[in-house]
Amino acid sequence: MKFVNYLTSIAGIEIYPLLSFIVFFLFFLVLTIWTLRVDKSHINRLKNLPFENKEGDNFPPIIK
Amino acid sequence: MEIEKFSYDNKIVKLFAYATILWGLVGMLAGLLIALQLVFPALNFGLPETTFGRQRPLHTNAIIFAFVGNGIFMGVYYSLQRLCKARMFSDLLGKIHFWGWQLIIVSAAITLCMGFTTGKEYAELEWPIDIAITLVWVVFGLNLFGTIIKRREKHLYVAIWFYIGTWVTVALLHIVNSFELPVSLFKSYSWYAGVQDALVQWWYGHNAVAFFLTTPYLGLMYYFVPKAANRPIYSYRLSIIHFWALIFIYIWAGPHHLLYTALPDWAQSLGIVFSLMLIFPSWGGMINGLLTLRGAWDRVREDVVLKFMVVAITAYGMATFEGPMLSLKNINAISHYTDWIIAHVHVGTLGWNGFLTFGILYYLIPKMFRTELYSKKLANWHFWIGTLGIIFYVIPMYFAGFTQAGMWKQFTVDGQLQYRFLETVTQIIPMYALRSFGGALYLIGAIFMTYNLIKTIRAGSFLDNEETQAAPLSKVYEKAKNEHWHRWIESRPIQMLVLSLVIVSIGGILEIIPTFLIKSNIPTIASVKPYTPLELQGRDIYIREGCYTCHSQMIRPFRSETARYGEYSKAGEFVYDHPFQWGSRRIGPDLARIGGKYPDAWHYNHMLDPTSISPGSIMPVYTWLLDDELDTASTPAKIKAMITLGVPYPKGYEKLANADLKIQEDSIAASLKRDDIQTPSNKEIIALIAYMQRLGKDIKGLPAIPAKVKK
Repeated sequence: MKFVNYLTSIAGIEIYPLLSFIVFFLFFLVLTIWTLRVDKSHINRLKNLPFENKEGDNFPPIIK
Repeated sequence: MEIEKFSYDNKIVKLFAYATILWGLVGMLAGLLIALQLVFPALNFGLPETTFGRQRPLHTNAIIFAFVGNGIFMGVYYSLQRLCKARMFSDLLGKIHFWGWQLIIVSAAITLCMGFTTGKEYAELEWPIDIAITLVWVVFGLNLFGTIIKRREKHLYVAIWFYIGTWVTVALLHIVNSFELPVSLFKSYSWYAGVQDALVQWWYGHNAVAFFLTTPYLGLMYYFVPKAANRPIYSYRLSIIHFWALIFIYIWAGPHHLLYTALPDWAQSLGIVFSLMLIFPSWGGMINGLLTLRGAWDRVREDVVLKFMVVAITAYGMATFEGPMLSLKNINAISHYTDWIIAHVHVGTLGWNGFLTFGILYYLIPKMFRTELYSKKLANWHFWIGTLGIIFYVIPMYFAGFTQAGMWKQFTVDGQLQYRFLETVTQIIPMYALRSFGGALYLIGAIFMTYNLIKTIRAGSFLDNEETQAAPLSKVYEKAKNEHWHRWIESRPIQMLVLSLVIVSIGGILEIIPTFLIKSNIPTIASVKPYTPLELQGRDIYIREGCYTCHSQMIRPFRSETARYGEYSKAGEFVYDHPFQWGSRRIGPDLARIGGKYPDAWHYNHMLDPTSISPGSIMPVYTWLLDDELDTASTPAKIKAMITLGVPYPKGYEKLANADLKIQEDSIAASLKRDDIQTPSNKEIIALIAYMQRLGKDIKGLPAIPAKVKK
């Protein structure tokens, strides 16, 4: 019961897993290279996005 | 640049928070009830509505879709507005989303108790509710993307990617798995049968875990953990790789729920390989969450929000280490069908989902009500009781799993099975009792939280609309150095949506299509015939009562299983099973070859009072099956539906079906009479007996291995 036996029953099927593997391998390769090379200040800006609303700025205290 | 003034909508967040708490308590209570039913079967109360088989789907659906579902929406509606620097796209859509979802939950609770179920785990809701879920999900999507499109921040923070990935994948999973043919208002048959139904179901089932319980909560982690710790995420670079790797790999892992079953080998192998790879992105995410607290561990001692979050992320790490291990065939051979899996799942739900939800609630409620938490001490109590609850829940369940698996596989020196099935159940009842204690502790903790939050809410003053300001998006974009192509995705939601969809579709397509298209994957067996009308009706009773929650119908090719249950199950035996009923847990014995094993009278008495036949049995009583009359008016529609689905009944058979049904009913009633049981032949029990006596018989009498297989 080998994987290949089933797939060979579809004409030209062998190319599909190969293609998808290549596409995703390249995608992850480029992704990894990009994340390693991208500008640090850009990354720092992105990782600080949740802090652009300063604590307490938008939640005024109750005036009693 | 001109600064725009606007406000965040906190009201919708508050509504979802209240719903999260309410349904959390309901879902946990249902869980406690079914846990206790295994210790004290009397707690089934002898009523169909309260019996285990109907309450168990109620528990799982309530926790997944009501508690965690509302938790997702609470967190998304809060964080999305702030990350996009924009109010939600539409207050009205938010309200429709909220009330629509609550209506779905209520109708789910009612219909599940009434026995309306598709018989597919975590997808039990019948077709009208499936359609309602689709509509409400679209409303959520409109609101989500509407907000993203009118955002004032160019870049989409990583949490939003997880929300987008979640939305699109849950839509895909729900639609593909819910293909069903309605027979009546509350009855439908799965479009797929047998092996194919099983593959689609567990592709769905596993990814319900992945894309409902995991990816949205990872999005929440990426927002709320940095906020609560007051420091940015440890590595944003890692989060980018985490996201893409996780959604790509997760979608393939479903078949690890079907190892050693009749699913083709290649599909099982694919599932194993991808499950093993999953450990990398999962642990990448866990490490990213935990290391965010580097240098702030002293605060974890003080801050109850952080305590809950740290345990949640740790539980995520444990569950995602265990998952790949359980996907190895040799480990799965022991763990599958046992309580080991129940322990594994609860590390995830109680630890990861539950504790992250509690952490977020403790963070959000005081903030939105502009006050301090009512009692930090009580929250600490909740933390410790909850943690103890998890420990008391999972450790006994691991032991129950190991014990039962060991006993199932134990042979005497003479080569006989050492234990009867019932002995393997009574052995673990003390562990079920301990587990119930753990569950009760966890629930008590949640009640503490509810009280604490109500007191906080009473003391505070709620801010519906939180005024704020931000600059609008500028038309000209200033490029950062080395930014390159990923920005093409990360600041464009539609690209993100499409690419996520492509990535998850590839996994689904490559796994599912071959099983459907290639005949040799499901070898047909000439002697396997469609169910008779009475058996079909009996099968629907089997599904209605949720028998699959305790009984599997899938004998794996192990000596310990073939010696106990008979010849192992073949793919070709299930070609007329809409839906498949392989089950996932053996609280009771496998039923794949129960047909002909006992006389009809045995089944009759067993349903009336299981302990009269098997002293010590924890099976509920099913007395109503002996009293209620079978609804034969539905037979023609059911046969017709089966013909539509490709079951080879003769043309026009739906008109003759009830006549055949009557003949078979009378023969079973006559057989019962010979054993001194007087019953009219039109009772439901007769149909159920007919079905059970058919199970696994079609290939009996054929030469054993290899079975007569027509390629």
